[in-house]
Amino acid sequence: MSATKQSSRKPLLPAILIANDLRAGDVLFRGAHGWTRDPAAAAIATTAVDAEALEKIGGAAVARNEIVDAYLAEVVVDRDGRPTPKHFRERFRTLGPSVRPDLGKQADFAHYAVAAE
Amino acid sequence: MYAYDEFDERFVRERVAQFRDQVARRLSGSLTEDEFRPLRLQNGLYLQLHAYMLRIAIPYGVLSSRQLRQLALIADRFDKGYGHFTTRQNLQFNWPKLSDAPDILDLLADVGMHAIQTSGNCIRNVTADHFAGVARDEIEDPRPVAELLRQWSSLHPEFSFLPRKFKVAVTGATEDRAVLKAHDVGVRILRHPESGEIGYQILAGGGLGRTPMIGKVVRDFLPKGQLLAYLDAIMRVYNSEGRRDNKYKARIKILVHELGLDAFRNAVESEFAVGPNWSAEETAELARIAPSFSKIAYDDLPAVSRIFEAAKLANPTFAEWVENALFPHRVAGYAAVTISLKPVGGVPGDMTSDQMRAFADLAERYSSGELRVTHAQNLVLPHVKLDDLFDLWRTLGALGLATANVGLVTDIIACPGLDYCALATARSIPIAQAISRRFGDSARQREIGPLQIKISGCINACGHHHVGHIGILGLEKRGQESYQVTLGGEASDNLAIGELLGPGLSADEVADAIERIVAGYLAKRRPGETFIEAVRRLGVNAFKSAFLRGAQDAAA
Amino acid sequence: MPLLDRMGWRTDDFSRDDVDGGIIVPLAALRSTLDARRAGVIGVEISNDVAVDRLAPYFAQLALIAIAFPAFGDGRGFSLARRLRQAGFAGRLRAVGPLIPDQGPYAFACGFDEIELPEASLARQSEAQWAAALGAISHAYQPGYARQTSIFERRRAARAHKQESRSHA
Repeated sequence: MSATKQSSRKPLLPAILIANDLRAGDVLFRGAHGWTRDPAAAAIATTAVDAEALEKIGGAAVARNEIVDAYLAEVVVDRDGRPTPKHFRERFRTLGPSVRPDLGKQADFAHYAVAAE
Repeated sequence: MYAYDEFDERFVRERVAQFRDQVARRLSGSLTEDEFRPLRLQNGLYLQLHAYMLRIAIPYGVLSSRQLRQLALIADRFDKGYGHFTTRQNLQFNWPKLSDAPDILDLLADVGMHAIQTSGNCIRNVTADHFAGVARDEIEDPRPVAELLRQWSSLHPEFSFLPRKFKVAVTGATEDRAVLKAHDVGVRILRHPESGEIGYQILAGGGLGRTPMIGKVVRDFLPKGQLLAYLDAIMRVYNSEGRRDNKYKARIKILVHELGLDAFRNAVESEFAVGPNWSAEETAELARIAPSFSKIAYDDLPAVSRIFEAAKLANPTFAEWVENALFPHRVAGYAAVTISLKPVGGVPGDMTSDQMRAFADLAERYSSGELRVTHAQNLVLPHVKLDDLFDLWRTLGALGLATANVGLVTDIIACPGLDYCALATARSIPIAQAISRRFGDSARQREIGPLQIKISGCINACGHHHVGHIGILGLEKRGQESYQVTLGGEASDNLAIGELLGPGLSADEVADAIERIVAGYLAKRRPGETFIEAVRRLGVNAFKSAFLRGAQDAAA
Repeated sequence: MPLLDRMGWRTDDFSRDDVDGGIIVPLAALRSTLDARRAGVIGVEISNDVAVDRLAPYFAQLALIAIAFPAFGDGRGFSLARRLRQAGFAGRLRAVGPLIPDQGPYAFACGFDEIELPEASLARQSEAQWAAALGAISHAYQPGYARQTSIFERRRAARAHKQESRSHA
């Protein structure tokens, strides 16, 4: 359950890989060169092969006790190439609490908050 | 207040060390996430939408100034400068790190606190009447029993891997302010109708969630000294027979429902008959605990305070606040004061670390250093002199804590919802904020009168929506947040589950719908009739057309 | 399968095959095994939902009852152990399943003598961890569980002692 929640289902593309840092709990995304807290830097899988590769990386990091709850989230890619999750739940995970715009990623990564509005 | 003895102190210190070790084993991979999850949950640590969340136990809602200051310190050092009081009289921090959790627990242990069993499939933190020891309708203070149960349930060897969570509430008053009938088990201290002896009435099988059920009386009268043995029997029947095949059917309410009350009662009574008796220990423990709750030295004061009466006359805003904030104290010249944590447009139940520190000072100055947390996510200063009320109110005002809305339409209960919670299906807080702003005008709120709105962001019902006069449940519908509105619930002795008014609404339609319902009430009420009384008299259907009319307008 | 008691790993003197020494049979085979092997050391393995009444007639003939834990989160076995002890079973009680070290103290407190683990547990969880878990909490609150006395009973004893010394003074 904790490893790759949606792996049994066929991933909806394009998608990014979301997880939590085991120690800090922060929401992480798999970027081109490792994990990032910045949703705009998430690697976007556009093919099933890419998606599978991301899930594999996630599974391995779960097995190494670095992250937990890794899963693919379907996104929409904007003109600047930035991904926005399609589902509102994951959208909140890329932003932070909507009632506290001063907290979370929306505060830490101003560029993304603007793009998401 | 109860103070830890050497056993409690050692227990909670060892518990911290144990959790520190569990965290280390998780990080090393010795424990898998599946193995660690129940362990961290039994220590109040969740993994939420943005971060970990630590839920700290405030047993039966009683807190000292010193403890509140420590919570403020934790909020600043390990979190983001605020905490959230929950609907189960606890406090949550929304941003701690797993690696910091053991240090936080050490700081809690320094002030006689912990996070034991604020989550997980175990006996949860025990709740009680927030006016315990204060109320005039009290037969006996429920806090010694609640404290006994806190200890009895802590790291219980037999009942730490139950089918599902298990919530116990206690009251010692005739009016049930602890909502026993919405709990897995309710303990009511009462007098035997014939002998006059004080004992317990035991309820079981209540609960909200996906299938709300009203608790039923399992034992009319249980003599003192037999409570632990009786609860052992209930727990053993539940642990053995409760369903484990479906998480949504695993609460004791389903077992009671499926077996039928009589069969359930027979099973409990047979278990009770053969089990060991701990009467001597129980009686001795209660005798040891009870005096710690009766140490407050009250002044001998007249029942009427001239200072207070004069201040009300001179200051109408103060008088407005007093109208709903005061609860009569059993001691003349005193009142229990409810402090709203529902500023208009604010986040229900949130408090900043600065407010916590200032409030701790106020509790020390005006209320013997003691405060309470209510399940309505407000605070109580339980022992305030009437003479001091005006000064208290002025200071509260400067802290932003003098909102005069206790029990009114903007005193909204809301779970954290999808702004924080990983289980949520929709947001709760923004809905509460929108309604709060809509009805924010003080005169208008008072014109409407007592009205409880309760909002949950998922079917688990942490926001108690089923028992709100108006209940709002946030769900997902076709990729959007959607809100169901129920009417006619009641969180009292007459516990009632609200009825659905119609199809789901989008987030921005909710405040309008509430306004239409309220307008319907104002148009139809009889003089002096409260909202819920009018709903009872007129029936839920009488409000459906007003509710639906708006929904159709929106759809058109 | 690895077997553990309060002292650490131990060799299993029972087996599920028909060999010398103790044998553990499923409940369905208990009657016939008892009939056939009157002299042998016999244990029975049961699921965690078996009624105590079904076993009570055999208590005197049973050296061991093994209760299966299908998952570590399924706590029925703890209550079943309690019920068996309460009904007078004095033989060995064994928990069988993927328990974790933190449950060791609970299992022993509820009346188990030993825990039989799947091989997979061994790779991650050491004897030292099981031993540490046993010593993590010195005294439990609940009376009637562990072999050691509970906090409630200790407090009572301490008070009685105080009163006694006061009356002697």
